[in-house]
Parts: sequence; structure tokens; C-alpha cells
Amino acid sequence: MSLVTRLTGPVVIDIENITKDYVMGEEVVHALRGVTLKIHRNEYIAIMGPSGSGKSTLMNMLGCLDTPTSGRYEFNSKSVAEMDDDELAAVRNREIGFVFQTFNLLPRSTSLRNVELPLIYAGIEPGRRMERATQVLTDVGLGDRIHHKPNELSGGQRQRVAIARALVNGPSIILADEPTGNLDSKTGEEIMDLLERLYERGNTIILVTHERDIAAHARRTVHLRDGLIEMDHAGFIPELDLPIAEMTST
Amino acid sequence: MLFGEIIKMAWSSLGTNKLRSVLTMLGITIGVFSVISVMTAIGALQYSIENGISFLGSNIFQFAKYPANVSATGDAQEKFRNRHDITYKQALHYYRLMEGEAREIALKCFGYEVKAQAVYNGVKTTPSLEIVGTNRSFLTANAYTLGYGRNLTDEDVDLSRRVIVVGKMIEKRLFPHETPIGKIIRVSGHVYTIVGVLAEKGTAFGQSQDDLVIMPITRFFEDYGEAKRTVNIATQAFTTDTYNRTFDRGIGAMRIARGLRPDQPNDFEIYSNDSLKSAFVSVAGYVRVGAFVISLIALVAAGIGIMNIMLVSVTERTKEIGVRKSIGARSRDILRQFLTEAVFISEAGGVLGIFFGIIVGDLLAAWLKVDLIFPYGWAIAGLLVCSAIGIGFGLYPAYRAANLDPIEALRYE
Repeated sequence: MSLVTRLTGPVVIDIENITKDYVMGEEVVHALRGVTLKIHRNEYIAIMGPSGSGKSTLMNMLGCLDTPTSGRYEFNSKSVAEMDDDELAAVRNREIGFVFQTFNLLPRSTSLRNVELPLIYAGIEPGRRMERATQVLTDVGLGDRIHHKPNELSGGQRQRVAIARALVNGPSIILADEPTGNLDSKTGEEIMDLLERLYERGNTIILVTHERDIAAHARRTVHLRDGLIEMDHAGFIPELDLPIAEMTST
Repeated sequence: MLFGEIIKMAWSSLGTNKLRSVLTMLGITIGVFSVISVMTAIGALQYSIENGISFLGSNIFQFAKYPANVSATGDAQEKFRNRHDITYKQALHYYRLMEGEAREIALKCFGYEVKAQAVYNGVKTTPSLEIVGTNRSFLTANAYTLGYGRNLTDEDVDLSRRVIVVGKMIEKRLFPHETPIGKIIRVSGHVYTIVGVLAEKGTAFGQSQDDLVIMPITRFFEDYGEAKRTVNIATQAFTTDTYNRTFDRGIGAMRIARGLRPDQPNDFEIYSNDSLKSAFVSVAGYVRVGAFVISLIALVAAGIGIMNIMLVSVTERTKEIGVRKSIGARSRDILRQFLTEAVFISEAGGVLGIFFGIIVGDLLAAWLKVDLIFPYGWAIAGLLVCSAIGIGFGLYPAYRAANLDPIEALRYE
């Protein structure tokens, strides 16, 4: 059942019937039970679901931090399931930009240094590295904060540094896991505006959230429940999700 | 990943825990310091012994009751103590047997137990003069030269005259403005006339060689007793060519003087410059091995300290490791980063230890009045050992860091 109407570019992520099992003591937990999903370039997609739905597992899988137990996963037409650790690291470095709920900046390093980090692991030489990092930081509105350390920045500014870090290697997708979870609603909106701008400039954004008003920014929403895709539809359809209307109206 | 970046990362993360890093480093510093300082001092000593200092004059061998290296313990020491003293009578017997075979034969008896102090006109020397009862050959045998006045003569010995030849220190202390020759001084309650002054010899191993008093051996026995004394006999061959022959004859004569049967082993020690040098070298060897083993233990302990700190550091920085992995660090990048930190601590500690070790070792050498050295070999070995320790003890923590599951690591709080 696909309600997707706006296909914007070539397929970046192609997942077919993937499963993921975890062994917890004696029990086997089936975190994903056969998920099939295609994500195209320049999509803005939200993955939603309650906790325990397999949302985090899917995100780790998409972010190449984990490999599926079974099923097919192709990233830019390359099979991820067959990649070794180094290849996974290279994909994470060049193709995926992570944005975390808790920002996950290195606390003792400046904004510039934090944003430079992916470039360091990519082996970019220092001069170009600094130029590029400064450029991206300026783009997210932190041109005057490049020598500040995280504890000298506000929450919103920290998340901007994290977004700059995600962007700096020109990745195929930006994978944002509850990007506004630790921010007040006004700052959260600013971050969502920034993501919107990045989307309009041609970036592919995957938003993982359980907040419906955050998911409402996406152009497509995938609902996950008990390790399966329950619904995959374009835009935000309030009539399918009546409780949200109440929540957003307050 | 660039090597420079790894160094920079290591430096900055060590910098954030300065006290901890320095304390960990200190362990290595102490270990390296102990080995380098001892090796420097011993090396300097050995160098100067092998290239200059002579314990005895040239072409000389010596017989004595005790060996030069009296560090022996237990049974060995018992063996030496139970030997009969070399009596003056035996020494004279030897002297007669060897007359004409040798250029000089010095009979020497040291009054070690006598706390000798010289007094002249109310001025005193320190109560640590060395008193030697001997004959005219002492100067040759112990590589002294006469400054002025006269040496002891055979007649002095025959008549057990109350005459002495004194070291330079005594002259300086008691006779700053007049000649000591012919003056009568009191040494340990006995009265002597000074007939000669020795030329200055300086210090050896931190001990002055110029505060001694030599007197006829017969006078020495009369004043300080003959019982329980052993006489050392130094014999000088005529030339280097005849040394070996004289040496063999000397041993034969000594055996006769001691009344040994052919089947009995020598009950005396034989010294030569070579044997004294090799005695020193063997002692130095033990000290080296000891220093090395102790340092190695200290270094292993320090290495465990490094391992401990690195494990703590890995746990503390689990989240950081997760972040680094999520943005593209490979396992080996993480491994290198942590390994570099461990090696960094270790090397920095090592460099510091080498630096202070050489300074202290050479200060020791300077105090012993021997040439200073820079122990290149030990310094390089020290650095290599430090690298090995950094890598050896840093490998396991680094391996643990590198193999953290990025998902778990990111979730770690």
C-alpha cells in the first residue's frame, strides 16, 4: 500500500523485506519482521512509531551502524549487508549525515573542530578542511561561533553545529533522530525550518520521531508498528490520525 | 587518516586530563630514570677505569689475604676469614726469596682500625688519616711520587725509626706557612719526625688519596701492635718482558713462605691491575643487572598503570567513540588514536626519565671525578622499551575501544 505520489529522484535507499533479530538472554527479539522501503533522492520522509516499534533499529540500519539479519539493503545500488566494517564506516562518513537528539558533539572541541571531524576521517587536507567547515557553519548561521565550544552555545546552536557536521561531507541522506527532542518548541521550530531549507536546497532528509507535529514537516510519513510498516503515505494526513489534530490544536 | 591528526587528537585528550596523564607518565619516568642514572654513572666509572686509572703501579702484582671484591657472602667470606694472616715473618721470608728477582718489593700493613689524627702546634687534622707501615717501595707499588724531602729507607725499617712521610693534605693543613721537613708531630699519641711529603695524587672514587701517613713497618708494629695484622706484598718486575716470569716465581716464593705443600691450593689472593679491573667490571656488571631488573619491574608496574588509565579513559569516552564511529571513523582509526595516547604517555615519561637520569648519573660521575658520558645505547634502548610498553599495555584498551559497538556506544551515558 503506497500512497507516495511525489518521486523526486533516483533511489538512494532500497530495502526489501529486511529483518533484524536480537538475542536477549534466552529470548530472541524480532525487532524488524520484514520491512520494505524505497527512499529517493530529495525526499523528506518521517519515520514514526511508538517505542518498541523497531523505529530505532530501522534507523541504525539505514545509518549503516548495523546490518540486517536477513533481507536486501542497497544504498546507492550497493549492497550494505555484504559490507565489512571499513566499508560501512566509509558509507557513514561520506553518504550519511547523522543528527542526534542529544547533539553528540565532542564537548572539548570547538564548533569548527567538531565539524571538521568527518573531513579528518575522510582524509581531507587541513586547509580545505577548515575552509569547508567554516563555509558550512556559516550556512547554518553560526559564522560567528566557529571557535566556541559546545558548552558556550545554546541548545539550538549546538544542534546547528551537529547539522553542519552532518552536512560537511555532502552526504546522500541526512538522518535526523528526534532532532528537536532536547529543545524547547520555539528552538525546535528553528531547527525544523533549517531542515526545511536544506530539503529545498536538494538534500534528502529522513526524520525519525514520535512527535506528530514534527513529523508533519515531512512530505512522506512511514508508520512502524511491531517491526512492520503499518502505513506509508504522502504528506501528513490528519484524518488518518485524529488524535494529532487535537494535540496540534492545543 | 593523517598521522599528524592522530598526534593532535592524542595530545588534546591527554591535555584535558593533565594531572592524570602526568601521574601515569611519572611511573615510566621513575623506571627509566633509575636505569639510566645507574648506567650513566657505572658507564662513566668503567670508562675511566678502562682508560686511565691504575690501581697499582706498572708491572706490579700483589698478594693479600682478602680478595679485592669483598662482596662475597656466607661460605666464601668464611673461607677468607679463616685464612691465616700473612705475617711479617712470612713477608720477610718472601722478601729474601725474591731478592734479585724483582725491582721493588713493598711490604704494606694498613692500620684500618686506627682513627689516626695528626696534631702539630695545637692544629689538628681530621681523625681519618690512613696509617701505613711499609718500606721504601711503597711509593712505587701504590703509584705515589715523592714531593720533597726523602723517602723511607731500609735503614729506617731496620732501626724502626720514628720517621714518617706524609700526604699532601697533612702538609696543607698543619704546615701552611712553613716546611714540615724535620718537624715533630703527634699522630694518635705517638711522636714522629716528618722526613718527606708525597706529591698530590687527588681523589679516586670520591676518596682522597692524600691524607695518609707512611712509616717504617717495624715502627708501625711497635706502635700499633703486630697481632692480628696481615701484610700485603706488592712486587714489581724489572720490565714488562720479565713480568710473567717474576709473577710465576713470586707465586712459588709465596707458597714457600706460607709453608704450603704442593697439593694445597694458594691460601692468598693475587692482584694485578688486570685482576683489579676485572674485579671492578664484574661488580659493575652485577650492579647493572640489578639496576636493569629493578627498572624493568618498575616499568612493568608503570605499564600496568598506563593500561589501567587507558581502560578508564575508554570507558569514560565510550560516547565519544560512538560519535566518532557514527561519523565515519574506522575501527583502526580508533585503535590508532588510543594506542597513540598510550605510547605518547610512555614516551614522554621515558624522555623525561632519560633526561634526569643522565643529569643525575653524570653528577654522580662528576662527584667521583671521572669523565662524563652520554649513554647513547641506553637512551635509545630506553626509548624502545618505552614504545614497547606503550604499545604492549595500550593495545588491549585500544582494542576494546576500537571494537565497541557503535550503537551501544552512542547510547552510553
